[in-house]
Amino acid sequence: MTEALPPLAGLRAASPAASAVQVAAERRLKRRYAAEQRFKWYGRLAIILALSFLAVLLTRIVGQGYTAFWTHSVTTQVRIDPARVDRSYIEGTNFDQMIAEAVLVRLGGRDDPEGLASGQIRRLLSPDLGLNLLVRVREDPSLIGRTVTVGGAVSDEADFYFKGGITREQPEGDRPLSNQQLDTLDRLQAEGLVRSGFNTTLFTRTDSTQPEIAGLLGAVIGSALTILVAALLAVPVGVLAALYLEEFSPRNRLTQFIEVNINNLAAVPSIVYGLLGVAVILNTFGLPRASPLAGGMVLSLMAMPTVIIATRSALKAVPPSIREAAFGVGASRTQTVFHHVLPLAMPGVMTGAILALAKALGETAPLLLIGMVAFTPSIPSGPTDAATVLPVQIFLWNNASERGFEERTAAAILVLLLFMICMNALAITLRRRFERRW
Amino acid sequence: MSTGLLLLALFAFSALTYVLARRKVLAAAGGGRLNSLPGYYGSYVALWTGVPALLLLIVLTLAGDQLPGRAYLPGLALVLAVAGALWAYPKVQPSFRARTRVDGWVRAVLMACSGVAILTTLGIVLSLLYESLRFFDAVSPWSFLFGTHWSPQIALRADQAGASGAFGAVPLFAGTFLIMLIAMSVAGPVGLFSAIYLSEYAGRTTRAWVKPAMEILAGVPSVVYGFFAALTVGPALRGTFNAVGAQLVGGPLNGLGLYLSQVQNQMALVAGLVMGIMLIPFVSSLSDDIINSVPQSLRDGSYAMGATKSETVRKVVLPAALPGVAGAFLLGVSAAIGETMIVTMAAGLQPNLTANPLDTVTTVTVQIVTLLTGDQEFDSPKTLAAFGLGLTLFVVTLILNIIALAVVQRYREQYD
Repeated sequence: MTEALPPLAGLRAASPAASAVQVAAERRLKRRYAAEQRFKWYGRLAIILALSFLAVLLTRIVGQGYTAFWTHSVTTQVRIDPARVDRSYIEGTNFDQMIAEAVLVRLGGRDDPEGLASGQIRRLLSPDLGLNLLVRVREDPSLIGRTVTVGGAVSDEADFYFKGGITREQPEGDRPLSNQQLDTLDRLQAEGLVRSGFNTTLFTRTDSTQPEIAGLLGAVIGSALTILVAALLAVPVGVLAALYLEEFSPRNRLTQFIEVNINNLAAVPSIVYGLLGVAVILNTFGLPRASPLAGGMVLSLMAMPTVIIATRSALKAVPPSIREAAFGVGASRTQTVFHHVLPLAMPGVMTGAILALAKALGETAPLLLIGMVAFTPSIPSGPTDAATVLPVQIFLWNNASERGFEERTAAAILVLLLFMICMNALAITLRRRFERRW
Repeated sequence: MSTGLLLLALFAFSALTYVLARRKVLAAAGGGRLNSLPGYYGSYVALWTGVPALLLLIVLTLAGDQLPGRAYLPGLALVLAVAGALWAYPKVQPSFRARTRVDGWVRAVLMACSGVAILTTLGIVLSLLYESLRFFDAVSPWSFLFGTHWSPQIALRADQAGASGAFGAVPLFAGTFLIMLIAMSVAGPVGLFSAIYLSEYAGRTTRAWVKPAMEILAGVPSVVYGFFAALTVGPALRGTFNAVGAQLVGGPLNGLGLYLSQVQNQMALVAGLVMGIMLIPFVSSLSDDIINSVPQSLRDGSYAMGATKSETVRKVVLPAALPGVAGAFLLGVSAAIGETMIVTMAAGLQPNLTANPLDTVTTVTVQIVTLLTGDQEFDSPKTLAAFGLGLTLFVVTLILNIIALAVVQRYREQYD
């Protein structure tokens, strides 16, 4: 529309007054078209802005998180000195120190009387190494006096150095590792004691205060249990409620009230559901705190309005002719609904339910309130055990001060997003494959 | 006996009565006519056997520990099941209208399910009210709603300073309002203009790409936005302001420079901005629906008068859609007020009564989380204060939602 403006035919009179009108009109038209272009660009800008926010968000999180998927581990040989192990109290042995000294000796160093050199090395290794050794010695005391190979993660700071997050150019006082420690790490790598590989710990272990041995397994299982409980409660009850409202209920004040209620419940802030959970589910019903059962119940209440609304629109999409045909051959209303209408609406119902559960999977605030913020280093074995869930784990790691948790938080976000993408993809596939257009 | 085993026993007994009733009616008919399909007779008896006992179990398990005589629970449930079976079984005759009765049962179950929605609302209102009333026993509602000093820390000993804590929530309301305002000034224009572009200008392909992308933006959990705000937006903005401030120090704007060079990551602007990003798809999809439901005839009339597209949008479509768009904005406001994770992770804890977006503020939701995730002592005013805040939050968002939903509803009906 920015092309040359067509001359206004009706105004092409010779009189000067008319031509002044024509000039003014053309000027006005030009202005209006310019305004039109501007307006269009506001719209474009708004969309570009929104999409670039999305791009920045995603690239930032991938950029912060991808490094967490590989990690560095160290392997060394240690002679378990019998003089330093009390056979009746193996737990009292300082295996960390023993390993650190072994590494020091392996690198050709000597410990000073204060143990400063070995202490520096100890801070480069995860306490996991010592713990591993302790477990092995406790199971098999004959190892005492022999030389064994131990392996495990390096500390998060050392790992950060190997990944390039800490450099020698930084002033020594500004980084967590001293020059001497960096030298040690370089030597370790040169000697071939350090290996980098896929960070299996992230998926095979549970939460820990040490970033290098913290994993998501507990949170993933907690999330799975919580969502399972939420699904078992919200989907049947939500679908049946929607069936009643759409197919059975008379149009009266009560059902209208229920409808308004459901629409409002869908917009109640999630934290209010958390308060409900604390007051009713924990304090009145006495369900165990931080359990997937309590969490799932709270999430099911939150997901139910969405399930009901989605189910109702799926039921509305089934044409009345189906119902009339069923009534015509003598089916009762229940038979009509359960044998014909509901099966036809099922793809829509399942799509809505999965989307509602995907949203519940990302929900954090109400679960914080029912106690899932507690540090949970164990895998929940059932729905009544204390557990945590992925989004809460993200919140906890985000609050942790250790530098190594930053990349792991972003990695946990990527895992959460992956699960959500899978659920959404499943919902879209269901819709594409089974949805019928009437 | 464990609950699981009890449920299993109940289920088995119901199944048995189903089989017995079905067999009985088939034998009684002897090949003659039955009123309903044989399965309905079975279901009728099985329902009478199973459902009352199951309900009793659920109620008693939930009401749990308070009730005396928990030990008799399994026995009571079984007695109820047997009684139900004995009541229903004799009725099974070929002429008995079993299908109608079973339909009645089904209808009752469905009705109960839709009653859960009411129960949830009731549960929210009653639990918030009950705990809030206990809170208002200790702290007067007046000083809670209008007090300007918030420091809920209760001292460990009675003689320590600030032993009672102060519960004036005005700084929290102000902080919530400030962050909501920042969020809506991002989400409002951006969301509205994207909706206008998508519904009035964009071609099929643009829509096909942009709408799903917006849905991704809407699907990202708020804890992820919180992480983004705390670790990316916060430091970036602080860095910018500090650098600008350092430039200004010593110049004519020395005071401003000094101020800017010491702003913190937790400023209100950060949480507000990120919350605004989160709400863009919320506002845009609602507005899109509403703009789309403005009848085409209005646009056609405007084009016929020679108006350009933007003039039509500004002078015809938007005024027609105004109530609906206002409803969408109100829903956005309500979502911004209730949003928890972004502010918990990116806003501060200091209750400052300020309108300056570069200061740190705290919000109602942040305080609820802080009060309830600390030590768990359910009788202290500190914990109960969370319910007072929750009640306020619930009431405000409820009013906003009711108004917004009513406005949107009426608006839709106007053009139907």
